[in-house]
Amino acid sequence: MAVLGSSIKRREDPALITGEGKYIDDLTLPGMTWAAIVRSPHAHARIKSIDTSVAKKTVGVVAIFTGKDIADSEHGGVVPVGWLLPDLKTPAHPILAVDKVRHVGDGVAVVLAEDRYTAHDAAEQVEIDYEPLEAAVDPKAATEEGAALVHEEAPNNIAFDWELGDKEKTNSGFAAAAHTVALDLRNNRILPFAIEPRGCLAHYDKNRGLTLRMTSQNPHVHRLLLSLASIALPEHKIRVIAPEVGGGFGSKIHLYPDEAIVSWCAIRTGRPVKWIATRSEGSTTDAHGRDHVTHAELAIDGDGKISGLRADTHAAMGAYLSTFAPAVPTYLHGTLLSGQYDIPAIYVHVTGTFTNTAPVDAVRGAGRPEATFIVERLMDLGARAMGLDPAEFRRRNFVSADAFPYQTQVALAYDSGNYEPALDKALEIAGYAQLRADQENRRKSPGEDGGKLLGVGLSSYIEACGIAPSAVVGSLGAQAGLYESAKVRVHPTGSITVYTGSSAHGQGHETTFAQIVAEKLGVDIDAVDVIHGDTQEVQFGMGTYGSRSAAVGGSAIVRSIEKIIAKGTTIAAHLLEAAEGDIEFEKGEFRVKGVPGKAQSWGDVCLMAYLAHNLPEGLEPGLEETSFYDPANFTYPFGTHVAIVEVDPETGEVEILRYIAVDDCGNQINPMIVEGQVHGGLAYGIGQALWEEAVYNQAGQLTTATLLDYAMPKAHQLPSYETASTVTPCPHNPLGVKGIGEAGTIASPPAIVNAVCDALSPFGVTHLDMPLTPERIWRAIHPGEDA
Amino acid sequence: MSTIANQRISVKVNGETFESEVEPRLLLSDFLRHDLDLTGTHVGCEHGVCGACTVQLDGVPVRSCLLLAVQADGREVATVEGLAAGPDNLSPLQEAFREKHGLQCGFCTAGILMTMGPFLAENPDPSERQIREALSGNLCRCTGYQHIVDAVKLAGEKLYER
Repeated sequence: MAVLGSSIKRREDPALITGEGKYIDDLTLPGMTWAAIVRSPHAHARIKSIDTSVAKKTVGVVAIFTGKDIADSEHGGVVPVGWLLPDLKTPAHPILAVDKVRHVGDGVAVVLAEDRYTAHDAAEQVEIDYEPLEAAVDPKAATEEGAALVHEEAPNNIAFDWELGDKEKTNSGFAAAAHTVALDLRNNRILPFAIEPRGCLAHYDKNRGLTLRMTSQNPHVHRLLLSLASIALPEHKIRVIAPEVGGGFGSKIHLYPDEAIVSWCAIRTGRPVKWIATRSEGSTTDAHGRDHVTHAELAIDGDGKISGLRADTHAAMGAYLSTFAPAVPTYLHGTLLSGQYDIPAIYVHVTGTFTNTAPVDAVRGAGRPEATFIVERLMDLGARAMGLDPAEFRRRNFVSADAFPYQTQVALAYDSGNYEPALDKALEIAGYAQLRADQENRRKSPGEDGGKLLGVGLSSYIEACGIAPSAVVGSLGAQAGLYESAKVRVHPTGSITVYTGSSAHGQGHETTFAQIVAEKLGVDIDAVDVIHGDTQEVQFGMGTYGSRSAAVGGSAIVRSIEKIIAKGTTIAAHLLEAAEGDIEFEKGEFRVKGVPGKAQSWGDVCLMAYLAHNLPEGLEPGLEETSFYDPANFTYPFGTHVAIVEVDPETGEVEILRYIAVDDCGNQINPMIVEGQVHGGLAYGIGQALWEEAVYNQAGQLTTATLLDYAMPKAHQLPSYETASTVTPCPHNPLGVKGIGEAGTIASPPAIVNAVCDALSPFGVTHLDMPLTPERIWRAIHPGEDA
Repeated sequence: MSTIANQRISVKVNGETFESEVEPRLLLSDFLRHDLDLTGTHVGCEHGVCGACTVQLDGVPVRSCLLLAVQADGREVATVEGLAAGPDNLSPLQEAFREKHGLQCGFCTAGILMTMGPFLAENPDPSERQIREALSGNLCRCTGYQHIVDAVKLAGEKLYER
């Protein structure tokens, strides 16, 4: 059986199942101190004074520093922005606030103590006199007259004003349309909520520099940003290590003030410093996701073909611009508004606004769930307006299979796709026709089935991941390339170590990347090790996010393997006294074509590469190759999901009866891991649809900072998913793979909301905002009544 | 700024007795992790909801972040480190988690294993619904739970040889 494409058990698991895996809080260093960061309890306030004198007297306190100490120092830095848009307002983000705090959780001072308990005790003794100010909380209301101003440099709290598509053409499409539908929606703010809180451990040595262990999805990016802006040490004097990382979901991509503060403290005091976020500290400072207010419209001609789509969105940026924040509601959102559909005119306008809340940045899906929600909700409204079945309306508007590559009206060029088979498969698994018949029957005799309302929701989604190529993203404002690196080091005895710039935190790359190497080189998978997550061991790499690791990181490994095979072929041809063109590499052997038995084994060639006793003239010894793979395009996974729900009209409760997910991520390296990614993505999206919301009140207090208030999905609330796939390989990468980590999160919110709105359609309900809490549903069924 | 004197405790952890002097306010989770260096027990929320820190106290799953170390005085604690007989000798429950891909990042896994062991002892042939109810006190953000449910089901079959 081929190694590539089989569900090999993960080699990561034994350590993680036995408790041997070492996460950040499992690490200690001799002489280590603990940091507690004193944070603002106010959403918006002037700092009038800070008194640390009492706190400093606490036994066990090592030092206390404020924003002024940092600002006045040699290594005092700011948190940089990694994606710039035209006319983007980039107010300074000091690593500890100096004059003003701008969200609950903004750091004001840092306490170092001999142990964590003492650090938190002393932090409570730091006296800060604040002058509270009005807060701007809602992303749209923040731009209106009279709203509190988050930054003086950004009038009306506008961080950027961005548009994409042809406005005139779209407007004419609407003017000529036979039908139009409109939608006002709020895409609920969510917490990323990795179960492991963020944390870091910094150690400074004058000669060797700074070693920073941290919860990171991209250690090299963190090192680069720290070096450039936050602590001003040369890049080669910073080593960032990601130990085992307990989930990220985007929240561990960004550079936060915290790792800069901790690094600064380690440099200043000469002692190792560790900081681990408490849960509510994480909730108020991890970059949040979504928080859009959108008005969107769809124009349809007399034949049920879409003639235009337009959307106007206010997207919260929070109090400061997080690392990739400006890209999320723009290039990761506006560009997805064509969905799976052939739409001749699209126009999108996005206003990014500062609010007195935690920053908003990439969270699983990042912009694409928001876009897909708009498109797939409009598709249901459009179908209803046309009197068409939602499946038929989608089918009628799909980009047809022979139209690829397909240039959308919002910049992206889809490289491949085949949407109808995925829809057909999903409908078949669901038993769609029967479901509609059951629904019809229930509506005719509402007393049966306990009066519960049956709803069926579709979501035919497009995902664009493995964002690339670097030259294009650079022209769009990225301050980084989006390639990935791989070094394949073959040892003299033929075993292999791979150094990947990807940085897994649960995705299983140590297994799947070894599968790629074992397959391509015909060696035993146990002869391959995969190293990641350490800037000192691994060449510069971009990390793991945006469903990029297989498509970009995996492809980089293939490129290095191709170079290895090429050099091995040169050596083998020399040893076999044959022409290079006559050598073929197969199943771990370099063979002379058509001459049975004339071959050099993998092991012999590897050994000769290092013995160098008999190499072709001019060939360097060694067998080690590095590649930086820069893809030609994004990859475009797609699929159709079907949610089947029951709504209890008495209580407003939703039960998911079945959930069918048909996804196309191209070739699958390890189907077991693919399925795990689908499941996890679904739970994430269903959580947003039904339960999760990060709620700020008008004063800017996060009222859902703990798990008592923030409703993360639990096992008994979720169904067992019915998954299937179609396979449309990516045409432009060597593995034919596409990303799958975010697909479920992108597809599922509209599937669920469409299902619930379908169930509620007899009550005239056309749209409900997420999360679909029982109260929200009950009120929609019983307008004007009191519960 | 504890004003109460430290207390001596004696706790048996994974069969080994530890004598220690602790602050009365020291959490059991911190005692296990930082004093005994048993870092396999993880801390996710420190308010008793996520379940990552679940250990067994006299055989019963408890949140070690909601207990004080002094409450374990004279009692037996079991942590994830005690489950496998050796590095290549995983328990049937652990083996089932690997077999069914019941973990991704692994951070919540120890708490789930420590919860599911006693559950399976009481319910050797659980339905999916029962497993999901029993899991509802442990949060996992990676897996969407389905593969965990599959793993628990398989572990039941392995343990009770069906």
